[in-house]
Amino acid sequence: MKSSLSDRLAILSDAAKYDASCSSSGAGKRDSAATKGLGSTGNGICHAYTPDGRCISLLKILLTNFCIYDCAYCINRSSSNVQRARFTADEVIWLTLEFYRRNYIEGLFLSSGIIRSSDDTMAQMVRVARELREVHNFRGYIHLKTIPNASPGLLAEAGLYADRLSINVEMPTERGLADYAPQKQASEIRHAMGEMRTRIDAGKDRTLAGRAAPRFAPGGQSTQMIVGADTATDRDILSSSSSLYTGYRLRRVYYSAFSPIPDASAILPVKAPPLLREHRLYQADWLFRFYGFQFSEITAASPDGMLDLALDPKLAWALANREQFPVDLNRASREMLLRVPGLGVRSVNAIVTARRHRRLRLEDLAKLNVSLRKVKPFLHAVGWSPVQLADQQNIRQLFLPQPQQLTLF
Amino acid sequence: MVYGFTLPDNTNFQEWRVLARQCFLAGLAPENIEWRSTKAEVSLFDAPLKGPEPKEDAAQPVLRNTCLALLKSVLRHSDQGRFDLAYRILWRAQAEPALASIPVDPDIARALRMMHQVRRDAHKMEAFLRFREQGEGSGGRRQFLAWFEPDHYILQTVAPFFTRRFTDMDWVILTPKGSIAWNGQQCAISRNPCDKPDVTDDVDLLWQTYYVSIFNPARIKTKAMRSEMPRKYWKNLPETQLIPQMLAQAGARVEAMAAQQPQEPPLFHKKLQDRYKNKIKSIP
Repeated sequence: MKSSLSDRLAILSDAAKYDASCSSSGAGKRDSAATKGLGSTGNGICHAYTPDGRCISLLKILLTNFCIYDCAYCINRSSSNVQRARFTADEVIWLTLEFYRRNYIEGLFLSSGIIRSSDDTMAQMVRVARELREVHNFRGYIHLKTIPNASPGLLAEAGLYADRLSINVEMPTERGLADYAPQKQASEIRHAMGEMRTRIDAGKDRTLAGRAAPRFAPGGQSTQMIVGADTATDRDILSSSSSLYTGYRLRRVYYSAFSPIPDASAILPVKAPPLLREHRLYQADWLFRFYGFQFSEITAASPDGMLDLALDPKLAWALANREQFPVDLNRASREMLLRVPGLGVRSVNAIVTARRHRRLRLEDLAKLNVSLRKVKPFLHAVGWSPVQLADQQNIRQLFLPQPQQLTLF
Repeated sequence: MVYGFTLPDNTNFQEWRVLARQCFLAGLAPENIEWRSTKAEVSLFDAPLKGPEPKEDAAQPVLRNTCLALLKSVLRHSDQGRFDLAYRILWRAQAEPALASIPVDPDIARALRMMHQVRRDAHKMEAFLRFREQGEGSGGRRQFLAWFEPDHYILQTVAPFFTRRFTDMDWVILTPKGSIAWNGQQCAISRNPCDKPDVTDDVDLLWQTYYVSIFNPARIKTKAMRSEMPRKYWKNLPETQLIPQMLAQAGARVEAMAAQQPQEPPLFHKKLQDRYKNKIKSIP
């Protein structure tokens, strides 16, 4: 017997929640003012937050959680006894539109277990995207998960309707993938990502006559790696990200701390990694994407290849390179200010504008919502010079968070 | 006699601009004007206010675009001191034209903070407003109604977002600070306060199902949730009433996952594995 729509929604969204990506940005601005349809995209909006601290921006569901693959880390692997269900394309379309009209979501993130063949599954997903765009005049966000060995024709069609495409590399190292997902090939995934990059680049180009190329996923591609399921170190993970960002020009790499799943495979570790590890990886990722750091710099100082859990990666870098500090608030380059622990992109922009008009004192930073306690050791300013960091012994102790007494009750 | 004005709390930029110009042309320094809100309590000793008379040969005020945009944003804030702050910035900017580009100046720092709060309020309205369906209208267009309680006067700011996104349906947004209505052709914005309507929508139940299922009980980060979705929004959201129950069950769900013994795989898994092994063997 077919279960109700609500029951299947519960199963198929439960199955989709281990995908961390929920971003609805990067597709540029468009709206329905001229088409008189439904939907717009902009900078991305988070419409709700769940108690796990993650945002809900897209309706993130699987078309089906039946799957012919048996990847150890996955809740939908064929050897799992999880309850199975499937949506028809029309049901997914209906849910997307009705959720969208009530302003619950920015759009759809559709993924699927692989049934019958890759092409068959991909064709079903493309059908959902096509009908949303062409039949229902939907201009909201669509993110499609791409099946690695689907045919090029389907991929081109997917790029025509979707804003973002993604393939998960799943494991940071090829070794990890071979151990946990023996039916998947790392080379095949990389090849598909390369193919997508070529198409995305081509989509931004113009022909010799100046005509725009056919649209192909203007929001680019993203991927996800599972952290803490295998023995890969943070250095392995970040060097993998480095090649993904530069080689395949990904928009985002997501790190998903391996999280316990119902009916887990026996080869998985029993204990989940600390969530703080995932957080540190994201901080390192931000330093690479917005602060001009190279991943190799961030992990250079750690002997075991792991990021310091007690200190954030920017502070850890500054302490390891303390001969470069303190820098002069009024004269340092923008690039160097971005490397000062405690200064973010927004405050650096404000500093650079303000110092064209007047010389800055340390107290001025308080008006920019900068924590003086954090930046003080790293900056020179009018009326302020810190002690030389390089002269101090046991410097890490000074910056560690204060230990807290455990409560008795 | 004290110069100044008693203004209703929903005074917008255009209305304030006329009065500010009048004061400026009369050569009144910021400390000589009192901007009083009708909402503020008037004590017995507060003198009645009167507007100044412009001088004849006074110079027109000049503002750079960044400064004008900043003032427009400040005037959308509900802070009682906004009229005073905006006039002081207008006054000071005549001698310091680049004033708005100095974020460390105390007045500008305060104005920028207000601008940031107004922007955040508008963003949260775009995120947390929920439409509920009311049935079909005359032209066969579907009709929706929403209730939201913004902190600041942002209806003008957010109206284009909603008209350009929900173009093919009719809707009305009610707030304590006014309303926005859209019929596919025209957008009507009113400043009359509205009462909270009593509306329900069956699709809210499906949305709640989704909200509960997408939550991962093995990672609890309520502080992160509350910093982005503060409690003040919870009362008007259909999904947030489930949060206590989700948190209460989370611990037991995680324990159950950890305690679960590996089970025999389902039948189709064995068939799939056999097929896969045969395929590998058949590759020469």
